[in-house]
Amino acid sequence: MTDLSLPPAAAPPPAPNLRELFLSFMLVAAMGFAGVLPWARRMIVERRRWLTESEFLDLLALCQFLPGPNVCNLSIAVGARFRGVKGSAAAFLGITFLPFVIVIILGALYEGYGGNPAVTGALLGVSASAAGMILAMAARLAQPLLARRPGKALPVMILVFAAIALLNLPLLWVIAAAIPLSIGISWWRRG
Amino acid sequence: MKGSGQLGALALCFLTVSLLAFGGVNAVIPEMHRQAVDVAQWMTDRQFVSLYALAQAAPGPNVMVVTLIGWHVAGFAGALVATAAMMGPSVALTFVAFRLWSYFRHRPWLEAIQNGLTPVTVGLVSSSAFLLARTSDHGILAYLLTAATAALTYWTGLNPLWVFGAAACLGGFGLL
Repeated sequence: MTDLSLPPAAAPPPAPNLRELFLSFMLVAAMGFAGVLPWARRMIVERRRWLTESEFLDLLALCQFLPGPNVCNLSIAVGARFRGVKGSAAAFLGITFLPFVIVIILGALYEGYGGNPAVTGALLGVSASAAGMILAMAARLAQPLLARRPGKALPVMILVFAAIALLNLPLLWVIAAAIPLSIGISWWRRG
Repeated sequence: MKGSGQLGALALCFLTVSLLAFGGVNAVIPEMHRQAVDVAQWMTDRQFVSLYALAQAAPGPNVMVVTLIGWHVAGFAGALVATAAMMGPSVALTFVAFRLWSYFRHRPWLEAIQNGLTPVTVGLVSSSAFLLARTSDHGILAYLLTAATAALTYWTGLNPLWVFGAAACLGGFGLL
């Protein structure tokens, strides 16, 4: 709370070095149960003040626009911004190393105890719950689109859902067809 | 040799998934399921869902489900190959795109691309929710749990970890 009394024009902290990038992203990964992004924002913007809120949102927009795991993309972009290739490598290893080790241990335990009905039941509960969390995520993404331009967005959403969820088509075909179609619609009817 | 063939198949599978994951890992769960259960037959429905749940319960990015699939198929080497294949292409693309970001971030076509990608992502992410619900919900209580989690996270922004804990207890006592 004492931070609030600091003058607003306080000099930005020096750019993080490789060790700080690695350790900070490792801490984010270790705390990030069920969603790493909020922890990444807290660390980068609030605690370390490496980026302002708007700089962070700008980088996040890039990472969410590109394919691949968003948080790993974010570690690459933040690392690159401060320390180039080495910075990216340090931040990326930071975000992946600990979780990699932990899931391997969990995987080994699962091989041993996976037959236990209490274990399979608990995992079934988690995945049933995760289905709901992902549904909420889809709803949050869809909400502004449906409010602003339902006629353009809804047909694409339904087509993609039908192709993947109902027809079980290969993702490559669906992406190859849906992305040009969807971008075409939004370009043709822009403005 | 069976082992090295599996490593090649893992690499091929996740190299493509990496560049198709518009919207992150939660957009490509049906594709991973299709590859791992239907095409390669590395595991059953039930095992896929269990590995997904294990990755959710662990700290860190949810991409770690890929590590677990690799581990299940070919041990430690499989875990390394699957993880590297899933991360490599998208990470390299991000690095290059970051370098070019200042040139193209304000172009009009970028906005058209972003506006075009989001509806596709919504379709993909909702398909993931559908697949997980279809493969893990076998009774009325499980469907209620899915619906309750969706409502809680959408309207209250509650950290899903608490819901996961409660869900694990319900399932562990055989109530689902």
